[in-house]
Amino acid sequence: MFKITERTALTDNEYQIWLEAPRIATKAQPGQFIILRIDEQGERIPLTICEADASAGKLRIIFQVIGKSTAQLAQVKTGMSLLDVVGPLGKPTEIKNYGTVMLVGGGVGIAALFPIVKGLKQAGNRVITIIGAKSKNLLILQEECAKYSDELILVTDDGSLGRKGLVTEAMADVLQREPINQAWAIGPSIMMKFCTKVATQFNVPIYVSLNPIMVDGTGMCGGCRVTIGEKIKFACVDGPEFLGAEVDWDGFIQRMRQYHPEEVTAYQAYQVKQVH
Amino acid sequence: MPKRSYNKTPMREQAPEVRQHNFKEVALGYNLQEGQLEASRCLQCKDAPCILHCPVMIDIPGFIKQIKEDDMEGARKVLNRYTNLPAICGRVCPQEKQCEMVCRLGQSKKFEPVAIGKLERLVADWSLEHPEESIEITHDKGKVAIIGSGPSGLTAAGDLAKLGYEVVVFEALQTAGGVLTYGIPEFRLPKQIVQKEIDQIVAQGVKIETDMVVGKTITMDEIMEDFDACYIGVGAGTPHFMGIPGTDLTGVYASSEYLTRINLMHGYEFPHYDTPLQPAKNVVVIGGGNVAMDSARSAKRLGAETVTVLYRRSQEELPARVEEYHHSVEEDIQYNWLTSPVEYIAGDHGQLVGVKCIRMKLGEPDESGRRRPLPIAGSEFVVPADTAIEAIGQGANRVMLDTFPELATNRWGYVQADENTCATSVPGIFAGGDIVTGAATVILAMGAGKIAAKEIDQYVQNKQVTTTV
Ligand SMILES: Cc1cc2nc3c(=O)[nH]c(=O)nc-3n(C[C@H](O)[C@H](O)[C@H](O)COP(=O)(O)OP(=O)(O)OC[C@H]3O[C@@H](n4cnc5c(N)ncnc54)[C@H](O)[C@@H]3O)c2cc1C
Ligand SMILES: Cc1cc2nc3c(=O)[nH]c(=O)nc-3n(C[C@H](O)[C@H](O)[C@H](O)COP(=O)(O)OP(=O)(O)OC[C@H]3O[C@@H](n4cnc5c(N)ncnc54)[C@H](O)[C@@H]3O)c2cc1C
Ligand code: SF4
Ligand code: SF4
Ligand code: FES
Repeated sequence: MFKITERTALTDNEYQIWLEAPRIATKAQPGQFIILRIDEQGERIPLTICEADASAGKLRIIFQVIGKSTAQLAQVKTGMSLLDVVGPLGKPTEIKNYGTVMLVGGGVGIAALFPIVKGLKQAGNRVITIIGAKSKNLLILQEECAKYSDELILVTDDGSLGRKGLVTEAMADVLQREPINQAWAIGPSIMMKFCTKVATQFNVPIYVSLNPIMVDGTGMCGGCRVTIGEKIKFACVDGPEFLGAEVDWDGFIQRMRQYHPEEVTAYQAYQVKQVH
Repeated sequence: MPKRSYNKTPMREQAPEVRQHNFKEVALGYNLQEGQLEASRCLQCKDAPCILHCPVMIDIPGFIKQIKEDDMEGARKVLNRYTNLPAICGRVCPQEKQCEMVCRLGQSKKFEPVAIGKLERLVADWSLEHPEESIEITHDKGKVAIIGSGPSGLTAAGDLAKLGYEVVVFEALQTAGGVLTYGIPEFRLPKQIVQKEIDQIVAQGVKIETDMVVGKTITMDEIMEDFDACYIGVGAGTPHFMGIPGTDLTGVYASSEYLTRINLMHGYEFPHYDTPLQPAKNVVVIGGGNVAMDSARSAKRLGAETVTVLYRRSQEELPARVEEYHHSVEEDIQYNWLTSPVEYIAGDHGQLVGVKCIRMKLGEPDESGRRRPLPIAGSEFVVPADTAIEAIGQGANRVMLDTFPELATNRWGYVQADENTCATSVPGIFAGGDIVTGAATVILAMGAGKIAAKEIDQYVQNKQVTTTV
């Protein structure tokens, strides 16, 4: 059903897949995601739609291997099919002309940021993009982000490419230099938390994309609940994008650890099986 | 004929000590002999009150008579006239509040009512083992879309196919069945039974498309364009939470997530299946309905040492089916009546370690006519717990409604539909089940599906007459 037409390793730990999902490809908008299942025993894995090619009926996803399910996904071969793909889920990003916008991406979060960069550029914004990773060989989508940005700032923790340091430092420099109308940050929770802090210091509204643990992704189970402005919201139907300033970051980060021991067990068992 | 026994013929069950440790069905069903014995208790009332209290008005004395006369084929025929999902209703209907509540036999002090549900299950299970030759029906009367494959949507689909419509059911999840698949656990309603009843509906020519979120994968406009009419049976949505401090702690669940992980995702077979559940030692369940019972009994089966249900009213008001309550007590589920949680207590790593509770007393009746529970100041106490499961209700499923604002909803977000016709504010769109009534029962959801099928038939036929004139 959902045939994989291309699988590429982008880094040691990050992979790109193009897959056939014609219905979803015609509907997908920036900020939305799919949920896929590899096989009958599989988890429902949420992944952002990095790009949709409506005419070819294909979707592009980019993911990082962090546990059993993503490790198994990294093993798929071109020509294989996935059992289930459902979407496009979540509310799309509000794409319009804001004026000057700033987009900050970290690690695999850059994959989720890219469609928003592209959308905002096509809507006529002046786009300043900051992307960061641990080191040079982990910084994905540089050329594509450059294509849709008026200014692209690269940041690495170890200084192997672009600025050395954290994306938040690059953010502060830009915010000091010129007024920004709207910002986005997508990356690890801790990064988004600090990006929110910096943007808020400059009174710039910032959206973040939350990726809590999900099951159905259709607003039924309540597993993806997050506290936004003291109210309980559900990331799969109310989000995944929320105003960073309203997110209860500590509660969010705490809930992400819910299944840690079980996931480690599953991943270790999977790795053992792969070796034998 | 043997003397009518005072009590229902007992149904064989897995022993509590055994079933606490497995997910296999608790109630094992009647064999034909037991069924005939029970059937002989029925008085065959002329004005059978039981029929009026069945939401789909099954000819109860009719099918019971066939069982007694050893004509299972005949009994099946009677049931099939009224229901597409008898094996499911026979298992999960709250019979004591419906057909069996008014059973004439049960009205005399000495006698228990006829075990109507258990007899229905007997016929349905027999029927699944003796499948009928499917009759070829041509589906040329029109095209109908059904949104949601819960009992409501499936019933409408089955009836419309029998009436000669081409029917497509769109289901958001990977498996059809709605709550029957993701909510009600295996030990009460085996998924194989659900699947078999669905297969029978598919055999009538209904097409089920899974992984299709209406509003997202396919829009309502596209559906209205392609189909002559549509039935919305999207069921319940996101769960409510108590909203007490500590809700973010790990170990605090909504019952919907807990049960979905177990049933839809086979969490009880982790790590053979990939979706995990945290192992728990002491579990607290909040609520008193079927969902609370199902969560508590599932937790026990997953290995919890203690499982305690907190219910804010007393045992008398417990909304769950009596049978499930009795089963849960046999399985060593503890109850704290007149108790409400006030806070989740955190351990060192943000994990739940206890639930702080308060005792309640019952005050004046509220709008629902039930006495309102009121907290007793100073009565707080702590129940140690590493998992807490809130089963206090759900809202309307919004994933489709959010994309279709033209459809009128009420102030709680449920779809406004005429009780007698299932018609909504948009011509050609009908709705029923939990998305209209709020959380209710399988049989009420089915009842709405039946009404809708009839009305949709009429609507499409009228439309075709007026457009061809
Ligand atoms: C809306 C949404 C969009 C997403 N988009 C992408 C994407 O485009 N690319 C991508 O690589 N990932 C994305 N994710 C995250 C991705 O779904 C998870 O990484 C994946 O499900 C992990 O599965 P696993 O079995 O491999 O790891 P698991 O065994 O489930 O998890 C391994 C460890 O990672 C932690 N963890 C679990 N989920 C997450 C998470 N969401 N983020 C960080 N840590 C987590 C666990 O607590 C555990 O400790 C997205 C998540 C959501 C909800
Ligand atoms: C744990 C639990 C135990 C219960 N126990 C009992 C019991 O013992 N007896 C009893 O009578 N009742 C019981 N109930 C209640 C009963 O299950 C419900 O009232 C009944 O299932 C409602 O049926 P429905 O068809 O309206 O909706 P549902 O069964 O909720 O089905 C709706 C379906 O629609 C799908 N859907 C939603 N949105 C979309 C969309 N946009 N596109 C496509 N598909 C969509 C959903 O995924 C779902 O599969 C229980 C409920 C629960 C949760
Ligand atoms: S469907 Fe439910 S109410 Fe009707 S006869 Fe069967 S058990 Fe009774
Ligand atoms: S009311 Fe009871 S005794 Fe009378 S027909 Fe119905 S089931 Fe039989
Ligand atoms: S993932 Fe289940 S409600 Fe969002």
